[in-house]
Amino acid sequence: MARMTTTAGTLVGLGEESQFTRWAELGRRALLSVFPVVLVLVIWDQATCLRASVCLDHPFTTPFLLPNPVTIADRIWGDVTSGDLVLNVGLTLYRAFFGFAVASVAGVALGILIARNNWVHWFFDPIISVGFPMPKIAFLPIFMLWFGLYDTSKIALIIFDATFPVLTATIAAAQGVDRYTLWSARMLGASERQLLWEIIVPASFPTVMTGLQIALPISLIIAIVTEMIMGGPGLGGSMIAASRFADSPGVFAGIIEIAIAGFCVVKGMAILRKRLLIWHPEAEEPTTV
Amino acid sequence: MAAAAETGTTFRDEPPPERGAIATAFWRYLPLLILAAVWEGAARSGLVSQLALPSLSSVIESWFGLLVPSDPSPGIAGGLLPWLLWFFSGDIITNGLDSLWRLCAGLGMAISIGTIIGVLMAWYRPLDMLLNPIVQVFYPMPKSALIPVTVLWLGFGHWSKIVLIFIGCMLPVTLSAYNGARGCEQFLVWSARSLGASRTRTLFEVVLPNALPELLAGIRTALALSFILMVASELIVARSGLGYMIGWLGDGGVYDAMFAVTLTVAALGFAADRGYLMLMRRVLSWRE
Repeated sequence: MARMTTTAGTLVGLGEESQFTRWAELGRRALLSVFPVVLVLVIWDQATCLRASVCLDHPFTTPFLLPNPVTIADRIWGDVTSGDLVLNVGLTLYRAFFGFAVASVAGVALGILIARNNWVHWFFDPIISVGFPMPKIAFLPIFMLWFGLYDTSKIALIIFDATFPVLTATIAAAQGVDRYTLWSARMLGASERQLLWEIIVPASFPTVMTGLQIALPISLIIAIVTEMIMGGPGLGGSMIAASRFADSPGVFAGIIEIAIAGFCVVKGMAILRKRLLIWHPEAEEPTTV
Repeated sequence: MAAAAETGTTFRDEPPPERGAIATAFWRYLPLLILAAVWEGAARSGLVSQLALPSLSSVIESWFGLLVPSDPSPGIAGGLLPWLLWFFSGDIITNGLDSLWRLCAGLGMAISIGTIIGVLMAWYRPLDMLLNPIVQVFYPMPKSALIPVTVLWLGFGHWSKIVLIFIGCMLPVTLSAYNGARGCEQFLVWSARSLGASRTRTLFEVVLPNALPELLAGIRTALALSFILMVASELIVARSGLGYMIGWLGDGGVYDAMFAVTLTVAALGFAADRGYLMLMRRVLSWRE
């Protein structure tokens, strides 16, 4: 409610005071949303030095099971200064985004084809309905067998996994295009090509975008899991290496780094959606996350 | 499909409706049979190496091989229970049961606790203000990052996987329960209250049924996620389970058996999703 009044205030330009209340409101919201996160950190920090009241000699947790947040922050800073973090984040994001890009192009193209052609639809429909709910990560050893241990197998599995959400979203979107719009366009003399580019693509864009918003976190998950299984550089690989050396600050630092990367990627996608779909009422309310 | 048919870009219409149910199903799933035939043909003809792609028939054969117990039979005369235990001691059955137990325990905890937290968040504003930012921060995090930590905490056995699935699947359930309960129309709540329903009764008879469709959709996401987490964690560190089997069969170079277990996991995931979808339709049949 507050937000509505403030936007209305800026729209009619009520002057300095409304500007000030708007900033105060924004600050209040930011504080409110940061506070619980800080609270969790403080509790975590206290828990690592807490001693159980029943048995005073034994700490409540050990630094191995739950390292102090300061230790972890120190560790992350060390990763930043040594350049490891940039390398690991870069590699993981490169794999995730490369796979995601191929999957989205392939998914959209195939999806439109499936929606437009009965034979293609007939062929792919059972494959998609069986393939979509399958846990595709189980195919990783097969991909390792086919494509080796390096980037190719990781990216291939990401493509395999991320294509399905894009594909189903595109089919649903292209089939859901309002047929009166199509009829009108045809009646006004639009060619097949124009129909595709000027009606079907824009009209199905919001739903396709939702599919992309599901596919991107999946790409990131698969990138990390494949790195964990195959080892080597990358966020997942460095984390599993830390775990093998029983280096628990390294493991927790990895979790925080992955969490931040995931958060940025998902939020970035949501912002992109808002920008691209500014003409669409759905832009305000992203359906995922 | 309607759009494509209307624009006249299609070669022919759907298969004629006068076929029987079996013929329709056959026609519908024919592409899968074609794929299977292509697979078998490619592997048999030597077009691709048997090592890279074992033929479908050898995969099926090794699946039955994994089903058969490795110990000699104790004989049914020694009592029914030992015999039954022996009968179901094939590798794929014991490992499959381990995996399913982890999945059900983790998912069950995630659904029950996640729903309660989500509805309470929608119902009590202070709780919402406290938990919502935390949920928003942790929701986009790839949950597979937690695999090494749960192993550090709980070891190689069942519980590290159960807790992983629980943590990973709880947030989608929580968020969908929260959104569903919050999306409840205020007029419905007000009407119920003005008709004399207590707060608790309003919660159970108005808000919860209203949240149900969204909640069930969220649980479906969680179900798919739980399979991913189960297989991934078992592939990385485990001593039993289907993912573990895929790992060691692949490491040992027994590729036909590895394909067999992979297809088993895929089939289980597919069956779980379809079963859940049927259940969901039945539960939500009051809506239409």
